[in-house]
Amino acid sequence: MNSIHDMGGMDGFGPMVMEADEPCFHNEWERRAFAITLAMGATKQWNLDQARAARESLPMLCYLQAGYYGIWIEALESMLKERGLLRAEANAGSLGLKVLAPEAVRDALLKGAPTEREGSVKPQFKPGDAVRVRVMNPKSHTRCPRYLRGKQGIVDRYHGLHVYPDSHALTGEENPQALYTVLFTGHDLWGADGSADQVSADLWETYLDASPIQS
Amino acid sequence: MGAAPIIENKAMTTDHEHSDRPLSDIEIRVKALESLLIDKGYVHPDTLERLIQTYEHEVGPHHGARVVARAWTDESFAEHLRADATAAVASMGYSGRQGEHLVAVENTPGQHNLVVCTLCSCYPWPVLGLPPAWYKSSAFRSQAVIRPREVLRTFGLNLPESTQVRVWDSTAEIRYLVIPMRPEGTQGWSLEALAGLVNRDSMIGTAVVSR
Repeated sequence: MNSIHDMGGMDGFGPMVMEADEPCFHNEWERRAFAITLAMGATKQWNLDQARAARESLPMLCYLQAGYYGIWIEALESMLKERGLLRAEANAGSLGLKVLAPEAVRDALLKGAPTEREGSVKPQFKPGDAVRVRVMNPKSHTRCPRYLRGKQGIVDRYHGLHVYPDSHALTGEENPQALYTVLFTGHDLWGADGSADQVSADLWETYLDASPIQS
Repeated sequence: MGAAPIIENKAMTTDHEHSDRPLSDIEIRVKALESLLIDKGYVHPDTLERLIQTYEHEVGPHHGARVVARAWTDESFAEHLRADATAAVASMGYSGRQGEHLVAVENTPGQHNLVVCTLCSCYPWPVLGLPPAWYKSSAFRSQAVIRPREVLRTFGLNLPESTQVRVWDSTAEIRYLVIPMRPEGTQGWSLEALAGLVNRDSMIGTAVVSR
């Protein structure tokens, strides 16, 4: 969706502010927000792409003003409500919810949630191929940033088949697709106005077409 | 809106949990939500403590610094890191959440690497811990891909024009760790001494390592 989270290349957010000796959390509520979001994620009532979609769906001003963990809390509340998990009669027992036990935390974190999948889908591109990012404007979640759409690039690396975020967010379907790192020149993206020599992004095959201009 | 910084820095207020001021709206909301989730049995209170403990006191940039120091001193490890950073880093005991698929990118005199996530704030947790506020800020996320040299200057890093700047936008589940250049005059240093030189920002690409 073309919302404010997709901010690559925008101006107007003010100066960068760095903090010396920054603590991991600035307030007790941030600690709690972080922990309840991870613990609820472990119950698998939604996947990571659905969580991202919920954050991106927040009203623009809310997204900009809530701060990082504020966005997490807004999205967590909306996902809990949407799934009926805050209704008076809902509880872990009645729903058969799998709860992350304290003694399972370490292993769960060390394992993570890899997104690479085995499959017989053959990648259409290989490193060195010239590609063009598709012009697309879905109203639902995508990881194809606006600043790359329609741009020419070169496939730099192939990463195997990975869970496709667009369908994963929409229906929960993993639909693994070839994932590539695609390299763009700063000039192709920004004309004479940028100062990046090269910018790369990780893009699924569905976001790409073979370039009409071969290098 | 003018040029004023967006209110994101509200997260930068100091910790007032022990003062007697009234709780703010967000504090009340989070407390209420946590109690509700515990009451419903969705989350276990000890699980919450362990999650916080892990990221506040265990996982952090000291992990990444050890990876970098080892890459500087052990060529076979450096090769492994280039070929399969996830496995190389896992061999040191670091793996998992938000680092399931790692790629290490090496700085050279000709190329400086900078990592960003323009769409959210993706960051390699197992090797760097949780990201600093500036990495999550709209200012960094918006500017890093278009004006990286200016961004680096705000960090006090002036790269010569002869050094190419490559920006890595973490738009998928691949997480990037920058391997900074080893500073001159550190031959024969121990792994621990070298790791002590490597700061967090140098592994994101907003700093270089110096003695």
